Amino acid sequence: MTILTETKDGPLVLSPDQVEEIGRTLDELRDRVVADLGERDREYIYSIIKAQRGFEIAGRGLMYLGFLPPFWLAGVAALSVSKILDNMEIGHNVMHGQYDWMREPNLNSRVFEWDNVCPGDQWKHSHNYMHHTYTNIHGRDRDIGYGVLRIDEGQDWHPYYLGNPLYAFLLMVFFEWGVMLHDLEADNIVKGKRSWSDLKPLLAGQLRKSGKQVLKDYVAFPLLTGPLFLSTLAGNASANLMRNLWAYSIIFCGHFPAGVQTFTEEETAEETRGEWYVRQMLGSANISGSPLFHIMSGNLSHQIEHHLFPDLPANRYPEIAPEVRALCEKFGLPYNTGPLGKQIGSVWAKIFQLALPPRALRSRFARFLPAALRKQPASGVIVMRQQSPTEAGV
Amino acid sequence: MVALLDLMQTLTTPHPVDRYLELVRPMLTVRDMRARIVEVDRSVPGTVSLGLRPTRQWTGLRAGQFLQLGVVIDGVRHLRCYSPVNSQHDSRRRLDLTLRVHPHGLVSRYLHEHARPGMIVDLEPASGVFHLPDRRPDRVLLISGGSGITPVLSMLRTLVDEGYAGRVVFLHYARSPELVPHRAELAEIAAAHPNISLETRYPERDGRGFDSAELARVAPWFADAHTYLCGPPPLMDSVREVYAASGLSERLHTEEFTPSTVPVDSADVDGATTFSTSGVTAENTGASLLEQAEGAGLTPEFGCRMGICFSCTSVRRSGCTRNLRTGELESDPDQPIQLCVQAAVGDVDIDI
Ligand code: FES
Repeated sequence: MTILTETKDGPLVLSPDQVEEIGRTLDELRDRVVADLGERDREYIYSIIKAQRGFEIAGRGLMYLGFLPPFWLAGVAALSVSKILDNMEIGHNVMHGQYDWMREPNLNSRVFEWDNVCPGDQWKHSHNYMHHTYTNIHGRDRDIGYGVLRIDEGQDWHPYYLGNPLYAFLLMVFFEWGVMLHDLEADNIVKGKRSWSDLKPLLAGQLRKSGKQVLKDYVAFPLLTGPLFLSTLAGNASANLMRNLWAYSIIFCGHFPAGVQTFTEEETAEETRGEWYVRQMLGSANISGSPLFHIMSGNLSHQIEHHLFPDLPANRYPEIAPEVRALCEKFGLPYNTGPLGKQIGSVWAKIFQLALPPRALRSRFARFLPAALRKQPASGVIVMRQQSPTEAGV
Repeated sequence: MVALLDLMQTLTTPHPVDRYLELVRPMLTVRDMRARIVEVDRSVPGTVSLGLRPTRQWTGLRAGQFLQLGVVIDGVRHLRCYSPVNSQHDSRRRLDLTLRVHPHGLVSRYLHEHARPGMIVDLEPASGVFHLPDRRPDRVLLISGGSGITPVLSMLRTLVDEGYAGRVVFLHYARSPELVPHRAELAEIAAAHPNISLETRYPERDGRGFDSAELARVAPWFADAHTYLCGPPPLMDSVREVYAASGLSERLHTEEFTPSTVPVDSADVDGATTFSTSGVTAENTGASLLEQAEGAGLTPEFGCRMGICFSCTSVRRSGCTRNLRTGELESDPDQPIQLCVQAAVGDVDIDI
């Protein structure tokens, strides 16, 4: 079996042996990290938890001074940081099973819950299973477009998508609610592929979880500040909004910037372990930045490493990134990375561009469009798995 | 108090209140139970005795029961069962444990080396069916070997505290007198109570193992008594044999304390896997436990089948499994494992 890859610099062919070597190298890398897990990783996650709790308590406390704008702002900032840490570096990673090896009942993926309206068990299904197993496979990975957006050329255009930028904007603002509804697969209900009875338990769980979150942020804490009820309410809502904007931006940079590859079910059928690894690398994108930035992004700025090893503790990703990158370079595979501005810019350009019918972009009216939209998307990497030798080689 | 707790829980949701409190003071908990080590005694070779002060959630034990102690070693929390040696009428909030240090025992070695007053450990409530019945029998025979002494010592102390008037024989096997924990106290108890006799045996030194003649000698009334036995497997076996031969098996109460052992050769595929919740047993084939469960007609939850999504995580009650990705063997009881990347090595019990 052969992997053929089309890159900016022309076609790339990986032989089955090479793919196997990639798989072996990455398996060895994984084993090495697993064998080394210990006290250091434990201290790391607990130090993040400590920081998160500190910001949370500071944020809640500052709301009592919310009548003074600088304190209100500081409170929102502290609470936003707390929620971002809780959801990204702690919640996302713990629920991936990254810290299960510690056998700490409170940091175990089976029971952990995060400060988010989406119940952990449902998120684990849509994310850990559906998205991480079938990364970027059309029709399997429901993170492609989240059931509402056209985010990849491989999705057929429909007039509905003229609202693409609006949908994306709303998804960004209400991201935690979007994530909550994700596992319902509403589009599949519309299409009749899913029945209402499937939803009952899911809806019950969502009601339970989101109810508690709403009670906490929009009732209990505001009430506790007495006359400052409205100011605290607004502060908590703002912190949730900040977390939504941030999480959405980081997550969309993980799979949708220019140059990221998507796949079809046919080409990924009966993948080998090596091929699975290659797909994870071609389907993900990193964001470059400082150590603090990586922590605030839950190390999803190391999306490539995360997708290769979703259950390794996130603080290991920066350490192994150079090796992964070197491996990509060795085999001529792209290692998609760039600063946040560039990555998110290319995501939004795509969102606008894909709102339009493909025809419109090719028509003579295209020259009236803004330059960013006219630019053809950077040629992604096209992977074809060939069962037999082709004229391209091998 | 409950209302306040509910409010606290609303405010800290989704995290339990204890996850905040523990950052301030580990012993300040609402729900979780912990203990602080207040005393460490290493005077008996190969043994470490710990005095523990549990948090207020501790509700006591019945003499003979065990509890689980958790310590963090190299980042991993390990739980082990130990039987406290306290009388169940001990009114102090205190637990006394005596641990035999096994050469391969991770936790016992760690505690032997590192336990010091002030250290905080995790604690699970006492449990186990090995304990004295509420109506005390008229005659009691306590048999123990090595570190199996701890639960029966707890029974003995309890009976002493109750002013128990029946006959008690305490028969203990050890390698040498110096290796008997709480030896002085045992001797004191025996000296002070004419109805209690202490019999210690050192088979390696004197060659007096357990047999029916020995039993008839130390407790000729054993057929009318209730016998409580805890010790290493060879002792347990010989006692069981004698009782079975006399048709008295239901008067013999036992507690195993076999330290979990890892088989030497992981390539050996033998034994059977029991899926205890469904009551299904299947011969081991070397395939993943997920495949094996499905082959046996069960439908456990799964997702990726490649070890990344954690949908298939279930609890391994007992036995040893091999991680198919790393080859690593694991045999700690009651651990969550990913069924799709673990295979059974020998007899295994999975909670599905
Ligand atoms: S099925 Fe996904 S980890 Fe086992």
